[in-house]
Amino acid sequence: MEIDKIDKIIDKHNCEAASLLQIMLDIQKENNWLTKEALARVSERLDVPLNRIQHIATFYKAFSLVPKGRHKVHICVGTACHVRGATRILDTVEEATGIKPGETDLDLKYSLETVNCLGCCALGPVMEVDGKVHGKMTPVKAADALKTYE
Amino acid sequence: MSDIQFEIDGQKVKASKGMTLLDAAKEAGIYIPTLCHHEKLEPFGGCRVCIVEVEDRGWTKLVVSCVYPVQNDIIVRTRSEKIDRIRKTIIELLMAHAPDAPALVKLAKEYGADRDRYERDASFCIHCGLCVRYCHEVAKKDAIGFVDRGINKEISFIPEIAAKECPSCKECFPLCPTSYLQAAYVLVDGLSFPKSSSKHVAEG
Amino acid sequence: MARVNTPEELNTFRQEILSKRDPNNPVVSICAGAGCVASGADEVIKAFEEEIEKQGLGAKVDTKGTGCPGFCEQGPIVVIYPEEICYIQVKAEDVPEIIEKTILNNEVVERLCFKNPGTGEVAIHESDISFYKAQQRTVLCNNIKIDSKSIDDYIALGGYSALAKALGEMSDVDVLEEVKKSNLRGRGGAGFPAGRKWEGSRNAPEPIKYVIVNADEGDPGAFMDRALLEGNPHSILEGLIIGGYAIASHEGYFYVRQEYPLAVININLAIKQAQEYGLLGENILGSGFDFKVYVHQGAGAFVCGESTALMTSLEGRAGEPRPKYTRSNIKGLWNRPSVLNNVETWANVPLIVNKGADWFTSIGTESSKGTKIFSLVGKINNTGLVEVPMGTTLHDIIYNIGGGIPDGKKFKAVQTGGPSGGCIPEDLLNLEVGFDELTKAGSMMGSGGMIVLDEDTCMVDVARYFIEFLTDESCGKCVPCREGLRQMHRILTNITKGKGKQGDIETLEELAETAVEASLCALGKGAAAPLLSTLKYFRDEYEAHINEKRCPALACKELISFYIDPDKCQGCGMCRKQCPADAIDGDKKLIHIIDQDKCTKCGTCFEVCPSKFSSVTKLSGVPVPEAIAEDKRTIVKKAKAKGK
Repeated sequence: MEIDKIDKIIDKHNCEAASLLQIMLDIQKENNWLTKEALARVSERLDVPLNRIQHIATFYKAFSLVPKGRHKVHICVGTACHVRGATRILDTVEEATGIKPGETDLDLKYSLETVNCLGCCALGPVMEVDGKVHGKMTPVKAADALKTYE
Repeated sequence: MSDIQFEIDGQKVKASKGMTLLDAAKEAGIYIPTLCHHEKLEPFGGCRVCIVEVEDRGWTKLVVSCVYPVQNDIIVRTRSEKIDRIRKTIIELLMAHAPDAPALVKLAKEYGADRDRYERDASFCIHCGLCVRYCHEVAKKDAIGFVDRGINKEISFIPEIAAKECPSCKECFPLCPTSYLQAAYVLVDGLSFPKSSSKHVAEG
Repeated sequence: MARVNTPEELNTFRQEILSKRDPNNPVVSICAGAGCVASGADEVIKAFEEEIEKQGLGAKVDTKGTGCPGFCEQGPIVVIYPEEICYIQVKAEDVPEIIEKTILNNEVVERLCFKNPGTGEVAIHESDISFYKAQQRTVLCNNIKIDSKSIDDYIALGGYSALAKALGEMSDVDVLEEVKKSNLRGRGGAGFPAGRKWEGSRNAPEPIKYVIVNADEGDPGAFMDRALLEGNPHSILEGLIIGGYAIASHEGYFYVRQEYPLAVININLAIKQAQEYGLLGENILGSGFDFKVYVHQGAGAFVCGESTALMTSLEGRAGEPRPKYTRSNIKGLWNRPSVLNNVETWANVPLIVNKGADWFTSIGTESSKGTKIFSLVGKINNTGLVEVPMGTTLHDIIYNIGGGIPDGKKFKAVQTGGPSGGCIPEDLLNLEVGFDELTKAGSMMGSGGMIVLDEDTCMVDVARYFIEFLTDESCGKCVPCREGLRQMHRILTNITKGKGKQGDIETLEELAETAVEASLCALGKGAAAPLLSTLKYFRDEYEAHINEKRCPALACKELISFYIDPDKCQGCGMCRKQCPADAIDGDKKLIHIIDQDKCTKCGTCFEVCPSKFSSVTKLSGVPVPEAIAEDKRTIVKKAKAKGK
């Protein structure tokens, strides 16, 4: 990621240390992952030690220190979805993508995560792909939905 | 000025505003066990071994003495059936990681803790945070930090900074109750430090 | 748009908006909340806009994407005003018919109406729907009426009149006293009296103070705050500004979880709009009161819903909670007095200012005033957001509003309060909902999650599930939570896999006590609640798992076997064809047999076996019967059986 893109994001938040999370969220969104160079630049400009940035980058689930796949698959395992059989959906999706939650496949096609409630409980079990929510899933429907992504 | 008065284990104690119960106990010569506490560092409140009972206007609660501020007219107890039971469990939980750590072995003897109570875990870090906090607050190098959270939490050196600063410092090494710190250092030195600096480990 | 400079100007502006709207003109409200969007609401909105444009009705008919009314399972939801005709599960193809019949000819398209379960009666108006009838939607009612991206809609319905009243007619102390008098208790978890919290901050000597909206709704199964944040962001903003005024704070924050992108967008838009109108910023409505608001996003950590962790996160750090020996309303964000309240708490503030504390206290029970929004989800017929006065019984919520348990299954328990709450069994269903009542029963109000469980739910698995959730979300700083949860999770997982042993329950109870008594924050302190409450009311399930290696609910995969009853199997082959492990042997007219060694316990055969046969059964705690002999496998139609 180019330095001036990073600087632009930092400047948008007035280079404030308190906005560290917001800056990192913007970098994550723009670049799909947090590169070492980006974090070093943030550390330098905000005058925040790297160990604090490292802690934040690993503490919060929104950040990734490795490149993510083109398609982000999130399976909701919140209580309402769990009770309606989310585990079976997860099993099916693991089979279909070949990866486990937290992983990205070698083609960088899919990144799989479990999430703890998207707020669509009435439609459980729920699978979210690239921000689009697929509700009332069954193992068959989930596998079919994934087939539509390149 | 010692304007606050209260009681610990039946003994009248004087303290000043801004002190913690642990500070006041130490001054009065009363022993409260600790693991993550260090005089040079801000209180952490992570190990919970220093818990004590505080009775305040009829209400009793359990607090960690290293953080709790002194208060007038409270009655503090450093031992009780409940405190001992909880300390025993805390020690047993930590011994699942570092059963041979001297500080834990000593406490285990006092509280009747069973080192094999819980299933062993691979990492022998007990997360007292002394290394991270010392490097941040005293050495001011920030060469080591925490990563991740919960059961996945670990300490992690920042290789670029550690390679530069640690070989001539290592002031945090004696602080580690389990020697996990030293083990982590050897690993990061061997795997991540630029090749030229690994001879520092051999030299000790 | 010109700035509104005084309360009088706001009133005039409001009248102007209303005068431009003919109350008799049809308004089509389509819910544009995340749930309905997932079901296709965007296409429905587009279809309405296009069709209305095509038919040249644009001048008369207004279409709007609105906030979430909370009946998500039946979405996309369309309500047509002024008659309030409510259509459910609307698709884009239905739109021409709706316009033709309902808008142009005042006819109802009955097939799109909700049918009340039980009576089968068609509910034409929103108020006829059994789900809504017993609710009292003082906070949620406006969601379906306003375009969530329009400040004018909010003002038209009376929005910001509370702010005008507070700044124009009341002193800041008056406002504080009114909130104190109302006995409003926090809707986010602990139920602490808001007025008392505000007063503590107001009286603290430090002049710079903060007011914060906790929009990090993390309890799985809860989506009340999402509906308010997306659907009626101005109601929360108005409450926040009023709160700032009451405690003399000039800086407010929204901490919104990033898993709610639509909420983040709508809140930011609402703030921008309020600023343009002069309802935010300097000298609001000519009162001399300045106030500014910032929005921060969460980054995926449940623990940041805890107030001190949230403040630490706002300071740009990892969200590790701080000990609360000095309360955060005295020393909070940046060590300054900070009032942190939940979204729903803030949304109640304008109502209290406008209608008065006496009105608020007339609703609810002695110790729990006002209404509460619950998210009723799980094994329940009518899933969605339910707003009822405190004091309503669990029974009424689950049966009268929720429509009972689907598929004729038996109710087992209702889990309230999220991961720090507990399960309430059937014999306590007459419990009147309230903060103290729920705590007494071993659970808590929490943020309002209400998850219904039926006979097919394993209570040990429920405890394991919550402990697993918390193990994932614990910050890891203190031993009782980090290590306690680690071991509790190990033991509970072993129990559900048939590896439980004598003494496990006692160990769990010891770990639970340590977590409750010695944890640093409420996440650890509450972590044991689901475990302890399921142990209290369903101990027999734990004992069956440990002593008999049996799961009474027939749910734990490692403890169940699937078995085809030879007396019922008619050899249709449905199970064999769909078995992903190729574990079923059989043929037409041959009794099918599951090979237990190959079976992966996926449950597909159980689901696809036609209900008229129902020959696939689940066994637990007993050995699988010997496979029936080969020569007995041929199925002979009973009527023609000549004996063999």
